[in-house]
This record gives sequence, C-alpha cells and structure tokens, in this order.
Amino acid sequence: MTHADPRCVLTGTHFINGDAACCEGALAAGARFAAGYPITPSTEVVERFASRAPTVGGIFIQMEDELAASIALQGMVWAGQKSFTVTSGPGYSLMMEHIGLAAMTETPCVFVNVQRGGPSTGLPTLPAQGDMMQARFGSHGDYSTISLVPSTPQECFDLTVTAFNLAEQFRVPVMFMMDECVGHMTEKVVIPEASEIELYPRRRASKPPGEFLLFEPGPDLVPEMAHAGEGYNVYVTGLTHDNRGYPLMNPKMQRELITRQFEKISRAADQLTIVESEGVEGADVVIVAYGITARVSRRAIQMARDKGLKVGLLRLICVWPFPEKLIRELAPKVKALVMPELNMGQVVIELERCAGGKCKVISVPHPGGTVHKPADILEAIERGAQ
Amino acid sequence: MSTTPELAILNPVEEVLRKDRIPTIWCPGCGIGTTVNSFAYALMGTGIDLKKTAIVSGIGCSGRVSGYMALDSFHTTHGRAIPFATGLKLANPELNVIVYSGDGDLTSIGGNHLVHAARRNMDLLVVCVNNMIYAMTGGQAAATTPGNSMSTTTPYGSFEPEICLPQLVDACGAVFVARWTAFHVKQLERTMAKALKKKGFRFIEVVTPCPTLYQRRNNMGDGLAAMMDYKNSQQDQERRPHLRSGHGARRRYHRR
Repeated sequence: MTHADPRCVLTGTHFINGDAACCEGALAAGARFAAGYPITPSTEVVERFASRAPTVGGIFIQMEDELAASIALQGMVWAGQKSFTVTSGPGYSLMMEHIGLAAMTETPCVFVNVQRGGPSTGLPTLPAQGDMMQARFGSHGDYSTISLVPSTPQECFDLTVTAFNLAEQFRVPVMFMMDECVGHMTEKVVIPEASEIELYPRRRASKPPGEFLLFEPGPDLVPEMAHAGEGYNVYVTGLTHDNRGYPLMNPKMQRELITRQFEKISRAADQLTIVESEGVEGADVVIVAYGITARVSRRAIQMARDKGLKVGLLRLICVWPFPEKLIRELAPKVKALVMPELNMGQVVIELERCAGGKCKVISVPHPGGTVHKPADILEAIERGAQ
Repeated sequence: MSTTPELAILNPVEEVLRKDRIPTIWCPGCGIGTTVNSFAYALMGTGIDLKKTAIVSGIGCSGRVSGYMALDSFHTTHGRAIPFATGLKLANPELNVIVYSGDGDLTSIGGNHLVHAARRNMDLLVVCVNNMIYAMTGGQAAATTPGNSMSTTTPYGSFEPEICLPQLVDACGAVFVARWTAFHVKQLERTMAKALKKKGFRFIEVVTPCPTLYQRRNNMGDGLAAMMDYKNSQQDQERRPHLRSGHGARRRYHRR
C-alpha cells in the first residue's frame, strides 16, 4: 500500500454535501482524470472535479454523451492514470456497454451513480435505489463486479477511496451507488491527513516486454497491467482473449476467461463482506438495508425498541458481491429479516435466496421520490416479530 | 503436413506488424490491407517513436487493423474508438494516438464522437476506411452506402443518400482533411506521413472496395474493377478523387 498525495487531499473538517465529498474522495484516491456528462443529481461531483483537477495536474473532460464518457475514462486508465465517471440513471443506462468492456478488459476504474427515480427520465431531482440490479447485471454477458453504497457524506469520501482501492486490487470496474439524498445531503465531513489514507497501487507489469503477458493471472487470479507508451505493445480487446490479450473465440477460452474473472471476486468473499451491524446479536428481527434507507431504518428501530421489540440493523456497505455467508449464518438465528429499499424489491431477492427459508424475509418496497416513512418499516418489524 | 521450404523473403513493413496475427481476416480483393500497407510505410518513414504510438479501433473489418499493428493496440466497442482515444491522449499527451476504423463504425454509430472530436480539435489522427457497407455483419447499408445501392437491408435499393465525410469533418473544424482511394497507395502514404507529423484533429478517408459484400451485389465487379473505377474517376489535375457529394467510386446513378 502507498499513501495519498498530500497535494490532492483537502485535509480538514468540512461542511459539504455527498457529491462534493465523493469528488474529494476520488482526488484523495489518486484520480486526477475524469470524463463525464452532466446529469442531475450527480453534476456537483464533476463540477467540483472540473475546478479542482487542474490545480493538481489533472484534467476533466466533458464528453458528448455518457457512452463517450464511460470509455474515455478507460482510455485514461490504459494511459496509466486513475480515472472515474459520474452519472445518474439515464446516463448509467448508456454506460452499460462500457461497464462490460471494463469488466472484460479488466480495467480498474470507478463508476459513480447518484441514483434518482426511474425508469426513463423519472424523477431527476428525487432519490431512489432502483439501479441496484443494473449495477450487478446491467451490461450484457456474465461478469462480476463490486458495488459500494454510502449512507452519509462522510462515507461518500471514505468509500470512494475504498472503491478506487478495490478497483486496483481486483482490476474491475467498481460501482459507487449513491442516491440523491446522500448526494445532496450536507454534513460534517472529516478528511484525514494524506499519510493516513492508504492507497492500493496499480499492479504494474513486473516482467520486461517480451516476457510479460498482459492477461496472465497472478496467484489471486488478477493479472498485472502494462499501459500504452511503456513499450509493451499491449493488445486490449473486448473480444474473448487469451493471456496475451489476443482474440481467441472458442468455448474453452471463454470458460477459462470468464470463470477466472468471476473467481477473482468470489475468492475474496470475506474481504468483500463489508457491513456495519448494530444490535444484531440476540435480535428477533434484523433490518437489512443500505444507503439512505439504512439511516431511515434507524428511526424505525428506535420506535420498535421503545415498544420492547428486539431489533438489529445490518447495513450493507458492499452490496455486490452479496454477503451470502453472513446471511446464511444469520437467518436461522432470527425470526425475520426486513429489507426496506427505495425500489420495488431488488436486493431482497438475493436476501431471500440466501436466507433459504430459515426465517421470514419481509420486503418493504418503495418506488422512490422520497424516503420510507419509519412507520412503514416499523409495521414490517412488528409483522416479523410475531 | 506441408513441406514448403521457408522462403527468405521479408515483408518490408513487417517491423510494424504483429507477425503472429497474420494472416488477416480480410477477403481477397479487400482494400483494407492496402491501406494498412500505406500506413505501415508512413509510420516507418516518418520516424515517429513507435513505442509512444497507440492505435485504437472500433468494431468491424477495419476495426481489426489495430490488432495487426505492432503498436499499443486497442480494439474497443462499436463506434467508440474516438472517445477511448481521447482519454488515452489526454492522460498521456506524449502518445501519438491513431484511430483506425471503418465507415460504419466511425460515422454511423460513432458519428457523434467524430463530430465532437473534430470540434474540440482533439489531437488525434483518424483514418476512416470507407468500404461503403457494414461488411463484418454481412453487407448491410451504412450511412456511407451510396443512395440506390443494394445491400442485405436495402433489397429494393437504399432510399437514403450517403454522408460526405470530408465535408462533414471539415465543417466541424478539423485541421487536416483528406480523401484517397485504395488505388492511390503512394499518395495515401504521403498523406498519412504528413498527417502523422501534424498536430490537432486530422482525418483521412480512404475509399476501398468490398468485392464480397458491396461490389458484387451492385454489379461493380471485383477488387480490380474497383481500382479501375477509382483510377478513372480521378477528377482534377492533382489526381485526387473529387469532393462532391458522392464518392470517387462509381455510383449506379446520380440522384441529385
């Protein structure tokens, strides 16, 4: 691990919104390049980045659309830089093609999605969590990536740094799934000293040109990376490819490549189980929630505890890969798992699968536009406790 | 097993080719390889640092060019070679970045990126191999398919006029715009060499035959017949194909 560059870190205590904190997190993580296209409610991130990047030797380019932004950032990565893009629902849909490209070419990068109500143009200025399944399955074909969900502006900073670190460690596109509420919420954000921010460095080629194979998996199944201009004559293609990067389109190579790309994530399931739990031990009902909905749930939990119910909170910070083992262990110990989400029930499908019928799983769907009423979550807790 | 003896004949441009990728996927009579030959000579002749040269392609027959060059090669998504190249160049300005792709890729699905890269005068050389058809997928009409042409998706003839690329890119502010054909190999090489040394957004269209999927369906003969067409349709004294609305290539009949 290395440490953040002090020139890029705005150390201090700030009163900023989640979008601004995300931008500062990206800068602290070493991203000096970004490509974007304006879209509410994510625009503040790139506005701030456009102003900050040139002061630290970076560039922000506003591309002609999200298709362009989502691939320009990959050009930046293959030129040796850290890069990211920021968008919201409609733009995220346009970016799907290049999330697939990043997965296939193992390009480390971060896609920030400040979620708003959908489908289509939906609710441009209002919150939702309706893109959670899209974050996992949106691009065509099979791939496995990582999705982090912050629930406070402070986490928008901290977890953006984590997102870049995980992208570098696993060489995958990492989805940073904010929502309008968290993005536009202004709170205290403490940015530590650069020396306290640990960064995962780019896994650069350890062999000279001629000996180095661009997609030869390391012990953890993640290949090292050489960039354009380093003399390696890299060959990067979205086609199914062999260890040299050359197209090799047959079932055997497909199996080898795709299985490895899944396994590099699934092997690290323990590291990628990132949750915050509170009062889960001995609870009859556990709320499983993420993002802004986890914050709303706290109020419902308080109300339930006032009524004498034993309720805990399991907040998912890393939603994909799903913390399968944790849920399998938890399910037999509780009467019910309650999952409120600002969608019509997406992650709850996975929760139900992992609970495997060992407890009740109660979905509290919400089409978005605002957050849940704590009373609605309380009602579900009471049903679960029966 | 063949027992053909090894011939000590070197391809004069093999130092810029990935020999282990040859033979190419291209059909007999295709013009893409001809343009690559001119490009290879141009690369070698200008003496630019090949270690600092990257080539980016989209999808299609011409999209395979990047993979045959011994440079940093990027075979990206359909239509998006230009924005990928934009990111590459911005993040490492030392690189010479060349986009080498086809007409369907660069101007139909990727038309918006072409327009905006020219508008922002992005420091890229774009070579557009225009075979007037979507060839990789079997010969469907593209934005560059001349009006009235037969293709698999225009079985009654294309109802739409084609786009004129040099005029489009010029109007968007490109600093260097050229058009040659696969017949004009030396002129093309010189133009590519000139463009490689220039800064800013440079665009070269190369009209090439697709005997398999365009010429044949339109009674235009084989690759050689196309060469004769290109030669005979030279319009001005400088032996350049003309820059009217249509192509230097023969059209079945004019619409306007």
